[in-house]
Amino acid sequence: MALAPARVSMPKEAKKGEIIDIKALIRHPMETGYRVDSVGQPIPRYIIQRFTVTYSGVEVFRMDMTQGVAANPFIAFSTVATGTGELVFKWEDNRGEVVTVTKKLTVTG
Amino acid sequence: MSPGPHSGLSPSDGRSLRTRPLNPSSRKPEGLSGIQSPVSKHFAESVGEWVPALRPGRRRLCCFGFSPLAQGEGKQHRTAFASFQFAAGIILSLTALAVPSDAKPLPSGTTFLSDNLKAQQADEAANPGMLWVSEGAQLWEQPAGGANKSCASCHGKAEASMKGVATRYPAVNDETGKLLNLEGRINLCRTENQKAEPYAYESDELLSLTAFVARQSLGMPMNVNVTGKAAPFYEAGKAFFHQRQGQLNLSCAQCHVDNAGRRLRGDTISHALPNGYPAYRLEWQSLGSLHRRLRSCSFGVRAIQFDYGSQEYLNLELYLAKRAEGVAIETPAIRK
Repeated sequence: MALAPARVSMPKEAKKGEIIDIKALIRHPMETGYRVDSVGQPIPRYIIQRFTVTYSGVEVFRMDMTQGVAANPFIAFSTVATGTGELVFKWEDNRGEVVTVTKKLTVTG
Repeated sequence: MSPGPHSGLSPSDGRSLRTRPLNPSSRKPEGLSGIQSPVSKHFAESVGEWVPALRPGRRRLCCFGFSPLAQGEGKQHRTAFASFQFAAGIILSLTALAVPSDAKPLPSGTTFLSDNLKAQQADEAANPGMLWVSEGAQLWEQPAGGANKSCASCHGKAEASMKGVATRYPAVNDETGKLLNLEGRINLCRTENQKAEPYAYESDELLSLTAFVARQSLGMPMNVNVTGKAAPFYEAGKAFFHQRQGQLNLSCAQCHVDNAGRRLRGDTISHALPNGYPAYRLEWQSLGSLHRRLRSCSFGVRAIQFDYGSQEYLNLELYLAKRAEGVAIETPAIRK
């Protein structure tokens, strides 16, 4: 995968119990495997299969993706700020490539 | 091929898709001439011959602007109603003089997007084009080539040094006298200053750096220079814009001036403004350059698709940038 394939947007700080919105965007062709190239050869499937998010080691979000998802998937979800910790965003594709982004959340109050 | 058959087509000609009879048989002669005269590789040379033909049209446009005043003068001493008409005529004329047709910037392509897409474009976290912008930010800092210099080695922080740069491009390079767009300027920097291989046009690296540089001018009005050395390029671009081409025998202007804002199949015809490029087109599911978009348009009218970075498209890019004068830069915009 190329440089800087992923962008994650979320607040750096939150109050305890607050619901925070998280947006994750990754660059990926999400090639379905159903198409053929200009000389008629099938283009192999190349998709992200799983997106997981852990918050201080606990899984808070998981999504299985299929060939029906468009290129450069954008995923928005929310979670509850329970305590200061790291959120780890992980994308895994069918070629075994893994992209990981880590963001720190500081919880006050 | 003689440019003769096209010489009557001027910006103010008024002949458009709307006024043209749609009966295929009545269009036949023009359609045939279009097939026989696709834009040739010698187009640039032939442009000079027929550019003057645009001038009568421009005069007619001026005459039209003054005509209410002229009519009013003739009627003023007949009746009170006529003098009212005269006054109204003056007001109309003054309004027309005070606000020339090209003073107000044309609406950006974003105007035609759905509310959802507008929101997605405005949100840095949701706009997929920002993936390329962040890659551009990394490339900016990355040393490359024989000189082992990064963009930042010379230009420092892009936020300061590149602010407003995209509003001035395409521009003529003083040393070579060539017209360069942002992509061309970046590649010139690579070969001259970094002693590196130029990026391939439409490569992710070049798109990323271009988008990153253009992003620094976000919200700033486009303002290219079309005088002096740039004038011949501008005139060639303008001629290209009004040149009928391809099997469909359409000029850019016939869709993007005469019919802008109307529907063409599933989409609204835009004003052909380059202020959002490189842009993320949903059709491409990727960021793409303006030249990729122009190639799509050429394909659409079944005309010659020029190469990425070709002189024809550079000239056209300059003309489009001038048309977009005053329109805010939105790179990376989302387009359908």
